[in-house]
Amino acid sequence: MAFLEVRGLEAYYRQTQALFGVDFVLDEGSITAILGANGAGKTTTLRAICRMVRTDGEVVFDGQDLSGLSTERVVGLGIAHVPEGRGTFVRQSVEENLQLGAYTRKNKADIAEDMESVYGYFPRLGERRRQQAGTLSGGEQQMLAIGRALMLRPKLMLLDEPSFGLAPLIVQEIYEIMARIREREGTSMLLVEQNASIALELADHAYLLETGRVVMGGESSLLRDDEDVRRSYLGY
Amino acid sequence: MDLFLQLTLAGLAIGSIYSCVALAVVMIYQATDHFNFAQGEMAMFSTYVAWTLVGLGAPVWLAFLLAVGISFLAGVVIERVIVKPVENAPVLNQIIVFIGLLVIFNAVAGWIWEFTIKPFPSLFPEDLGFKSTLIGPHHLGVIALTLGVLALVFAFFRFTRVGLAMRAAAANPDSARMVGVSVGWMLALGWGLAASIGAVGGILVAPIVYLEPNMMAGVLLYGFAGALLGGVSSPGGAVLGGLVVGVLENWVGQYVPGGSELKLTFALILIVGVLVFKPAGLFGRVVVRRV
Repeated sequence: MAFLEVRGLEAYYRQTQALFGVDFVLDEGSITAILGANGAGKTTTLRAICRMVRTDGEVVFDGQDLSGLSTERVVGLGIAHVPEGRGTFVRQSVEENLQLGAYTRKNKADIAEDMESVYGYFPRLGERRRQQAGTLSGGEQQMLAIGRALMLRPKLMLLDEPSFGLAPLIVQEIYEIMARIREREGTSMLLVEQNASIALELADHAYLLETGRVVMGGESSLLRDDEDVRRSYLGY
Repeated sequence: MDLFLQLTLAGLAIGSIYSCVALAVVMIYQATDHFNFAQGEMAMFSTYVAWTLVGLGAPVWLAFLLAVGISFLAGVVIERVIVKPVENAPVLNQIIVFIGLLVIFNAVAGWIWEFTIKPFPSLFPEDLGFKSTLIGPHHLGVIALTLGVLALVFAFFRFTRVGLAMRAAAANPDSARMVGVSVGWMLALGWGLAASIGAVGGILVAPIVYLEPNMMAGVLLYGFAGALLGGVSSPGGAVLGGLVVGVLENWVGQYVPGGSELKLTFALILIVGVLVFKPAGLFGRVVVRRV
């Protein structure tokens, strides 16, 4: 059985159905990307996994069925979410944001160690650790969101458009750090992106989502070479 | 000059009680965006609980601590049982629930303890070992105790893990949930804490205004004025606002002709004035929304 297995996932916002039976799997230690246009259901897929929308269908993580769990419990299982819009606690300091990421953990020495390792990945956060997080630039806030997720020592990271609204150079930097995190920590990642080219570079597998359905999936290279994907999502 | 100092010190004492009420109101406001109109009546009820415990023979300090503890539990229960079910209801429904709570607490207190005015013992001894013509022992004790309590509350929010989680849950519930904070329980905890802080205010004001079911009506109004003056988005500002209102109230009572009749009017003028000219208060953030 795969590390994360999603079968027949449906999601609803009140009466409106947003996902219509999404299936995909993710292997331990791998990075899987979900690509798609605006409104395809990418964010909803992530929110469904961490139980923030009403869902139907099956999500099994590390052998455990997630349906019926609260978001807090899902987080407790080691699933960290880097949300759409970064979810910064704007009035809290950088350091407090990171402490919140470790909220479900108890061992203070481990937490302090992980905080240093986050500052290692993102030296700029270390320089600004006492600064109010709301005053950070967009790129820094994205780094903070990833750092906050790392503070959980997650087994699986859900990343919602880490490239959103950032300059190409910053996007490059953030993706390089994500690659380094996977290499060093072996963290599995489920990545949602509109920026298909950079996502396909990092991911091992990818799925293509259109109006709440998976229309294609496979190794990243397979999607990269596909004529339709290239024309519609890569733009060349 | 002595009179001026006396008025100012007494104003600080009563103002620190307003600060407690203001802080309780602001804590709930930050988490829910609503004023808890029942905050004063909850504090009044807590004071009656303390009074009952004293009547049963408990030392007044023990009664104080027990009442504050009981208020905490009651606050948690009220949030879970009454407030939570309407948390997604329209604004007006929620306000009506708060006003309903106010009326219920008032009526039930009158029903259990009657509406007659009762004296309430001070927590502080008559003789503090020194005499001052500027401030009485109760007022001095009130200032010391409330400042101590407020410092504790701020330390709790600033330096503890749960305090940080409560701030996070109030500011950004979605993100808080995503790092594993149980936002619902943080809210309940906030209600408990607010009820406790209110109880401190009620028990301290009772020896001054005497115990009766309507004793918090004026105090709540001054507390609102303090909260608005300081800024409803700033707990520290609310505390400072409470102190300022207490002092101003005394000055107005003494130095404005006919002022002693106008004290409550002054609080209302202050509320309206702040809302019209500086809605964010002295220390609050101005929230700009893009449309």
